[in-house]
Amino acid sequence: MPLLRLAPENTKFGFMRFRRWSYPFSAVLSIVSVLMFLLVGMNFGIDFAGGTLMEVRAKTGDADLAQLRALGEQTGLGHIEVQGFGNRTDATLRFGVQPGGDAAQEGAVKKIQSALADRYEFRRVEVVGPRVSGELVQSGTIGVVVSIFAVLMYLWFRFEWQFAVGAVIATMHDLLLTVGFFSVTHLEFNTTSIAAILTIVGYSLNEAVIVLDRIREVMRKYKRLSTAEMIDMSINAVLPRTIMTATTVFLALLALVLFGGEVIKSFSLAMMWGIFVGTYSSIFICSPILIYLGVRNEQKSESQAGTPGAGGGRNPSPKVAAG
Amino acid sequence: MMRFATWKVVTILLGTLVAALIVLPSLLSPDARAALDRVLPVSAKTIVLGLDLQGGAHLLLEVDSPSLTKQQVDNLRDDARRLLRENNVRLTGGIGVQNRGVQFRVPDAADRAKIVTALRNTSQSLGAALTGAVQDYSVTETDDGLVQMQLTDAGIANKIHRAVDQSIEVLRRRIDASGTREPTIQREGNDRILVEVPGLQDTQHLKDLLGTTAKLEFRLVADPGASPADVEQLPFYKNSRPGTEAVEKRVMVQGEDLTDAQPGFDQRTNEPVVNFRFNLRGGQQFGEVTAQNVGKPFAIVLDNQIVSDPRILGPITGGSGQISGNFTVAQANDLAVLLRAGALPAKLTVVEERTVGPGLGQDSIDAGERASLVAGVLVVTYMLVTYGVFGVFADIALAVHIMLIFAAMVLLGATLTLPGIAGIVLTIGMAVDANVLIYERIREENHAGRSVIASLDSGFKRAFATIVDSNVTLFVAALILYLFGSGPVRGFAVSLGLGILTSIVTAVTMTRMMIALWYRAKRPQRLPI
Repeated sequence: MPLLRLAPENTKFGFMRFRRWSYPFSAVLSIVSVLMFLLVGMNFGIDFAGGTLMEVRAKTGDADLAQLRALGEQTGLGHIEVQGFGNRTDATLRFGVQPGGDAAQEGAVKKIQSALADRYEFRRVEVVGPRVSGELVQSGTIGVVVSIFAVLMYLWFRFEWQFAVGAVIATMHDLLLTVGFFSVTHLEFNTTSIAAILTIVGYSLNEAVIVLDRIREVMRKYKRLSTAEMIDMSINAVLPRTIMTATTVFLALLALVLFGGEVIKSFSLAMMWGIFVGTYSSIFICSPILIYLGVRNEQKSESQAGTPGAGGGRNPSPKVAAG
Repeated sequence: MMRFATWKVVTILLGTLVAALIVLPSLLSPDARAALDRVLPVSAKTIVLGLDLQGGAHLLLEVDSPSLTKQQVDNLRDDARRLLRENNVRLTGGIGVQNRGVQFRVPDAADRAKIVTALRNTSQSLGAALTGAVQDYSVTETDDGLVQMQLTDAGIANKIHRAVDQSIEVLRRRIDASGTREPTIQREGNDRILVEVPGLQDTQHLKDLLGTTAKLEFRLVADPGASPADVEQLPFYKNSRPGTEAVEKRVMVQGEDLTDAQPGFDQRTNEPVVNFRFNLRGGQQFGEVTAQNVGKPFAIVLDNQIVSDPRILGPITGGSGQISGNFTVAQANDLAVLLRAGALPAKLTVVEERTVGPGLGQDSIDAGERASLVAGVLVVTYMLVTYGVFGVFADIALAVHIMLIFAAMVLLGATLTLPGIAGIVLTIGMAVDANVLIYERIREENHAGRSVIASLDSGFKRAFATIVDSNVTLFVAALILYLFGSGPVRGFAVSLGLGILTSIVTAVTMTRMMIALWYRAKRPQRLPI
């Protein structure tokens, strides 16, 4: 049986030639993301903005969105954001924090429930008080920052510092572009989105580590090549794996988007974007940094000054073998 | 490298078998599971579904700290008043009450020294001798005669901590008495309590049950000529009657002296009532007060609302009584539960609420199953068409990987949530990635002109270093997520972390075993990939 090969064999593609284009391109995208975040903002869910979210299903027929919207006026709760949710029978109602502390939020829920109880089934009710939402923002941000820092430390320990810098810059790039993605698509940003962002960080780092790992190996084997040539060689060597893995994870996520239900849809969509960006940045952002940081010279002087026999030949370095 | 010891093969197969046995009960229908429980000596553990999957209520309650502090300040004032009286100390002016303390003026220096010593002696909280000196409040004096008592931060924190502990006990008794199954009630942070109740339909009832302080007091209805300082106007219970009524501030008997409360029916009117019984002290007090006030009305006050105000027909010395207040049967039942469980030390407010109806939970499970199935079929097929027989090995390893995650979750009692399912899907990607790394490396070594056995050997060896690096990186991220995240993020981190661990076992060790056995049987001259 002939086997499927998506990636061409033995490519010799000059990826590093593109760094003159990829850096300005990514810089523009990052700036646009930051501007979007500052000017347009994110569609913060109640986890971060506080407020109430209710998912309702009409007991008979379709959900009457106009009627649900009118509830805000009738109950005096102010603006209620109403959206269809999956089926035509389902809708979500979302409104902000009501003035008057935690008890007022409960009162608002009661008002809506009594107004809708005979026509709608309440499938989900979430109320997040103003203080709790502030704490969720804080713990979420701390989580992202600390995990990036921890990973930076780990990479520094396992590789040279230039590699860690490259991986972290690529990851920040992915992080910014994901924030931009949420801002542009107006997907709801909630605690599950934090999980998505962290997974993207993880995936992006994974991609970077695999390319860097190969660069380190090639570097020890071929001392005559220029840094750009070495990097191109490494990227081409791992290209079949990169394409294969990205396709597989993409397929799994596609199943989540199509069949996983509304609740995790924004998670899955963000992840898809993350796979795309993470793969791009591992090749075009992370690796070229090594050229600018002059990683080669340091390698050379290290091997000259340090262990004389270990650098040459086919033997993987002690560091690699130890893993 | 391509030799694989028999004991290793046996260990791996046994491990897989054990994992399958652990997962099996979770897959059975409830009926079959019940049958299994009858056969087995121990009840089989099944996977715990999160509230988002099985439906239920998640409530985060917060102790009202300002009211606790106010209570403490009131106690300070009472302490000060008592000690001043006991020591015969004269004040100029009264006792001033502030946010976190009280102050008063003692012009005489000798008197001042006496009262300050007395106050300082009582300022240590109960049990301080055991736990180290925690000062509930500090006492300072100035030369112009001002004495200040200030609550310390430690004293306030201590009070809140104890209030949360007491509240958890009370809530547990209330929830148990209402017949709800498997509630989780735990402290969250300093001043919060997390209550999770699976499969509940009526959240409003639960919130009413948890949010009621249930402080019961028996007070006299004020005489028309009473001094306004001793009287307060209270509304009627749940607005059962319009307006307010003036009752005395002094409490005759308190709810903490109750030993039992049961719902019942009034013998004459047949209306639902709550029958209660006092302990010895409460019974005596109630008897004395009713004897002294025959003919006057008294008020039964619940959380500063008047439930009823019957007239005292004669001394009530039996130590028991009845509360009537136009209750429905359900209300009488709830009130009895609340009184039996005791009062909360302070009001609890709901600061976060998440309820999922059972319909949505089932939909989410269905969606999760469908998505996992489709994802599985896509990934399995893709591996198969790309790597042929090696793809089969990878797919088998993948199946075992998923089984191991679930087995680990069952053993650890970890909760499977919707984000958790997303995490598992991601680890499927990671597991596949490990296999892809190995296979591509094998191909590469083979293309470089090595023999089949040498390619297999160095393919595994070299890919392993990469796999470790990439998995440790992700594991670090998952660990931090677990430590800093809450709720859904944690569920995601748990399944991601477990999945990374099991994927290394299956994608590396199991695949290597299968390829080693395959190589021994076939002795192929060419690689099939």
